[in-house]
Amino acid sequence: MDLSILWFVLIAVLWTGYLVLEGFDFGVGMLLSLFPRGTKEEKHAERRVLINTIGPVWDGNEVWLLTAGGATFAAFPEWYATLFSGFYLPLLLILLALIVRVVAFEYRGKIASAVWARRFDVLIQVGSWVPAVLWGVAFANLVRGVLLDADHQYVGGFWALLNPFALLGGLTTLVLFLLHGSLYVALKTDGELRARARTFAARFAVAAVVVAGAWAVWAQVAFSVAWTWAAVAVAALSLVGVVVLNARGREGWAFGLSALAIVSAVVLIFGSMYPDVMPGLDGGPSLSIADASSTDYTLTVMTWVAVILTPVVIAYQTWTYWVFRRRLTTADMPAPAGLTWKKVRDALGGSDTPAVKPSDLA
Amino acid sequence: METLDLARWQFAITTVYHFILVPLTIGLAPLVAGMQTAWVVTKNERWLRLTKFFGKLLLINFALGVATGIVQEFQFGMAWSEYSRFVGDVFGAPLAMEALAAFFVESTFLGLWIFGWDRLSKKVHLACIWLLAIATNLSAFFILAANSWMQHPVGTVYNEATGRAEMESIGAILSNSTLLAAFPHTISAAFLVAGTFVCGIATWWMVRLVRSKKPELVALARDTYRPAVVLGAIVMLVAGVGVGLSGDAQGKLMYQQQPGKMSAAEGLCETEEAAAFSILTVGPWDPTCDDLTRVISVPGLASFLGTGHFSGPESALPGVNDVQRDMEARFGSVDAAGNPISYTPPLGITYWAFRLMIGLAVFSAALALWALWATRKGRLSDNRWLSRLAIVAIPMPFLACSFGWIFTEVGRQPWVVAPNPTGIDQVRLLTEQGVSTAVPAGVVLTSMVVFTLLYAALGVVWYRLIHRYAIEGVPEVHDESPEARAGDDDANRPLSFAY
Repeated sequence: MDLSILWFVLIAVLWTGYLVLEGFDFGVGMLLSLFPRGTKEEKHAERRVLINTIGPVWDGNEVWLLTAGGATFAAFPEWYATLFSGFYLPLLLILLALIVRVVAFEYRGKIASAVWARRFDVLIQVGSWVPAVLWGVAFANLVRGVLLDADHQYVGGFWALLNPFALLGGLTTLVLFLLHGSLYVALKTDGELRARARTFAARFAVAAVVVAGAWAVWAQVAFSVAWTWAAVAVAALSLVGVVVLNARGREGWAFGLSALAIVSAVVLIFGSMYPDVMPGLDGGPSLSIADASSTDYTLTVMTWVAVILTPVVIAYQTWTYWVFRRRLTTADMPAPAGLTWKKVRDALGGSDTPAVKPSDLA
Repeated sequence: METLDLARWQFAITTVYHFILVPLTIGLAPLVAGMQTAWVVTKNERWLRLTKFFGKLLLINFALGVATGIVQEFQFGMAWSEYSRFVGDVFGAPLAMEALAAFFVESTFLGLWIFGWDRLSKKVHLACIWLLAIATNLSAFFILAANSWMQHPVGTVYNEATGRAEMESIGAILSNSTLLAAFPHTISAAFLVAGTFVCGIATWWMVRLVRSKKPELVALARDTYRPAVVLGAIVMLVAGVGVGLSGDAQGKLMYQQQPGKMSAAEGLCETEEAAAFSILTVGPWDPTCDDLTRVISVPGLASFLGTGHFSGPESALPGVNDVQRDMEARFGSVDAAGNPISYTPPLGITYWAFRLMIGLAVFSAALALWALWATRKGRLSDNRWLSRLAIVAIPMPFLACSFGWIFTEVGRQPWVVAPNPTGIDQVRLLTEQGVSTAVPAGVVLTSMVVFTLLYAALGVVWYRLIHRYAIEGVPEVHDESPEARAGDDDANRPLSFAY
């Protein structure tokens, strides 16, 4: 097989890894406001449970994006250059969202104050809603085709990216990630939260069938080739399976099927683009795999690296999920470990009065 | 301003900011791993307290380093797409390798380390922080491989048909002489940052507790902070020697590879034998060769540092005017638009960045020597001036690292890919040729402003958290490992750590 086609597939695989894994991270982040019930304190406790279901793994999940970016740079420099400079503003928004999200996860528990935590919860949500929509908008534009000039420069401008098809694509990733995230919560929590997550998942599943179904059929009819009907069919069956299995309390299987729906969406997207990496709008100039690809030598080197390292990465990431397999409830949450404002003020008081008390030394 | 200027400012701001955070992570992760190893081996709880204390500071720093790192990778495509087109075949590979070989390890095992205290056996948990520490250093290797290629392209051919640089040998790129000089220099600088950080904070605490004169607090200083002072000071000394030796090797290599950068750092205009090392040269803010005045200099020292000879023909160092003449002969004197090209990097920035890089290390050296003297043979110190020096010294190596990068990157101008004097002439790119042509200036201006504001806000939060946790001191600890609570019922026990 031509190595550039192999790398087209590998980049699709990296995006699949990213969207499946970070998809439920985004879902959980978005659910922070929708999900919790009860008094202020109860809500706060439930939000902590939600965040901690993804706590040990979100950082590793995000690296799939960096790897997809780096691999695109190495294997298809022309694609990387055209795509990233052409989609400058949407990518900027995604970057800003991801930055505040990374920091918010790590910093929210550092001060044991409800106000402090609440602010960072808001940032986690912003950092989840924005990319959840924008990734869909970006990929839908790749399916639809973009306005390129003969030098492979994107010349469509920012507003052209916000066409109805792309906006529906954004809505599609949004509901898919909400569904995926609520199934993940159902799988990773217990008791009342688990029951509520299943109810939510049932609603999002219906929304996903309607929205994602409409987008997929539109994409299929207007922009794709015959064989990707198979991906649309698998996605549809998966989502129906989610509804059934979720209702029966088989969260693990339901979660697996929502992952399969996301995989099918990536297959549909990359299948529609092939043999281009950036199809031209309405038959205009496009950027093909062959135009964009690196030399055979570079691709050979990268193939060896990928063949050796990808299984290792998958192995230790899987192990991480096994280590943290336990379901969480509010009873599992330890007392907040961060500093209190009072402690901070005491420490800053007299420079010769250490915060350490003799009783600490026992 | 045009897209080019804005894109340069944006890259400079985001890179310098990112590189304030990264050296601390690179150096501190192995130090924390060392502390945890000491705990597992000796079972002395002081090391667990220090692990948790410095571990928390590491995590606060790591988060912001990761967040700003994502921007770095995307920026090449967003603002520097023509650069990406020209070099992608070569430059993308080390970036992708970094993600696959190092960054996945860092991020995954970081999660395991933070949340795994009560889930993993002591040895497996310890292995997690070591993997994290090794991977951060491996990350640095791949990133420096990419940067070194821009400084000194090797293993690459120019393809006339596609008009781009293409990789010929990954082995040559990963064994680039520039990389082999830059890697030890950067890593030892990172250890200098982390050693100063650990020693500075621990020294301040030691003095503070001893001054309280309460026996139990003095005991805490002796038992817990003093070992950290000694550890930090030793790391500083070893790293300081490493920085000096590797910097010297790098300087000599740079005279061969990028003479313009080194001459600019010396304010050297014409080729000189027995060239003096300038301690102070003055001129206007953006000087040219004609308006530099040498005030203090050490005869022959620049030649010795650059060539290993104090005098004689072998000691000759090329001046920036000679470099300019040589470059004009090879690459022409005007650019595509007909404007004259200056092959001289900005003299003022290069000169001062080089001096500040070296000069700021003095604080670390002073702290290391004084701290070791003050703690000799089991002693403690209550010296206020030592405590003050400890605080002042902490930011200095951070600044030195930043100035080092400014020197490296500004000194390469006007090139983004500097020509290799013994390589293929066509593998070179002027910075102005690398910028994205399809991105309007207003868009880059927007992103530059937004990044700057967001980074500033996050910098404040980062500083306040580090400051407060440093003031909080070593926490109370207990052994949460599965071994320590064998027989416990797992299912009914809260997590040992949660966000």
